[in-house]
Amino acid sequence: MKELLIDLMGAPLGTIIFQLVFAAQFTVYLSLIAFIGGGMAAIFITLARIAPYRPIRSVATGYIWLFQSTPLLMLLFLCGLGFPHLFQFQISPWTAASVALTIFTSAYLAEVWRGAIGAVETGQWEASNALNLRYVVMLRRIIIPQAVKFGLAPTVGFLVQIIKGTSLAYIIGFQDLMLIGKRWANAPVDGSEPFIIFPIMAVLYFCLCYPLALFARQLEQKALARGQ
Amino acid sequence: MPIVSMKAVQKWYGDYHALKDVDFSVEQGERVVICGPSGSGKSTLIRCINGLETCDAGSIVVNGIELTQRAGSVAKIRSVVGMVFQQFNLFPHLSALENCTLALTEELGLTQSQADEKAMQYLSRVRIADQAAKRPAQLSGGQQQRVAIARALCLEPELMLFDEPTSALDPEMISEVLETMVSLAEDGMSMICVTHELGFAREVAHRIIFMDEGALVEARDPIGFFERPENPRTKKFLSKILR
Ligand SMILES: Nc1ncnc2c1ncn2[C@@H]1O[C@H](COP(=O)(O)OP(=O)(O)OP(=O)(O)O)[C@@H](O)[C@H]1O
Ligand SMILES: [Mg+2]
Repeated sequence: MKELLIDLMGAPLGTIIFQLVFAAQFTVYLSLIAFIGGGMAAIFITLARIAPYRPIRSVATGYIWLFQSTPLLMLLFLCGLGFPHLFQFQISPWTAASVALTIFTSAYLAEVWRGAIGAVETGQWEASNALNLRYVVMLRRIIIPQAVKFGLAPTVGFLVQIIKGTSLAYIIGFQDLMLIGKRWANAPVDGSEPFIIFPIMAVLYFCLCYPLALFARQLEQKALARGQ
Repeated sequence: MPIVSMKAVQKWYGDYHALKDVDFSVEQGERVVICGPSGSGKSTLIRCINGLETCDAGSIVVNGIELTQRAGSVAKIRSVVGMVFQQFNLFPHLSALENCTLALTEELGLTQSQADEKAMQYLSRVRIADQAAKRPAQLSGGQQQRVAIARALCLEPELMLFDEPTSALDPEMISEVLETMVSLAEDGMSMICVTHELGFAREVAHRIIFMDEGALVEARDPIGFFERPENPRTKKFLSKILR
């Protein structure tokens, strides 16, 4: 693969592209970790957010509010540098980036999903209550199946935000597309000037994000069509 | 023992006094129609009976069970009270049959085939068995409301609450729903029905109650209600809607 690229495009460019594509896989892994970890956390936060007990709701609301109003960059700094320094422990860029992005994702998805649940007509809750369905059954059989159609498109759309968000992890030394690209852009090698590197990086990010954005758009249109 | 007994019930929405010291009771097998102008508290009253609204003072006893803040009492009451809504509130992602069987399998522990059998029995009863496989969106308003009635009947309630069951229907569909309700009445079901269908009220109600501004203004037998209303507010209301 690497040799092929070098044969095709010459030494610096082939190597650069190979390294960038190689680094892009870590962007993908980090995004998946954030999405899956954040998604699982978001399930619990969403359930807490709509729980029939006010104290539980308040805690969840506080969590969402706190982490939605914290810039991702700040979360990365805190997880990768701030807390390790403050409490004197070692943390790898992988772990720190994963934790920061998971928290970021969980707060966002919990808010999206709460909105999706809120979009289900109140009549559905009332009918379920009148039929004496238990809370869990009501959520599982009535509310969530209907909320999915409101929540799916923004959830997939948010994956794009996560992928773009991972590009900030370079500041705590996470070796992804961004870090490798910047390193090359700063290297005194002919053919690795920023005006060459950054467009290549942009294309790679585009290739990761565009299909998802497209998919989200399709889901949205489907949901709209169904709503009419 | 009355099936519903409300004493001195008060309900506020914030500063708004929605139910003012309501005393109301319904006997077993009795059919009561509630009417009154918009905003008079009719929905609030019947929604208090199955705990969809909580009242702020007074006592509510349904089928011998006192409604308290404890979740257990609400569940017990709901297990004997069926409700039909103005907007049907069918579950749109489930077929008519599944709408009816859900509570049977999830809450009453019936097997799917037992539940299907029972649901089909009630869907036939509301004359819609042939549409059992359809989703609500594929049914007309009148058909949806009949499915909603069947769904409530599947749980074999002691009392049925209807909140303007025909108000959201096109005129040509009103009668099919009213006929279903009349046939329920003929079987001796206890019913509380908020409706402005006065023909229905005259035909099936034992008692008609007129509500205004959160209070019960007049409670009469149908003939007395229509022919010799006593309260001036009842007279005014009747003159408006009978015109
Ligand atoms: N959830 C609520 N919050 C605040 N006010 C409410 C709420 N529900 C009802 N109300 C108010 O309480 C009053 C009684 O409402 P209710 O729905 O019981 O009237 P209704 O007699 O059923 O009227 P309609 O014929 O329009 O259905 C109305 O003034 C209404 O605006
Ligand atoms: Mg009403």
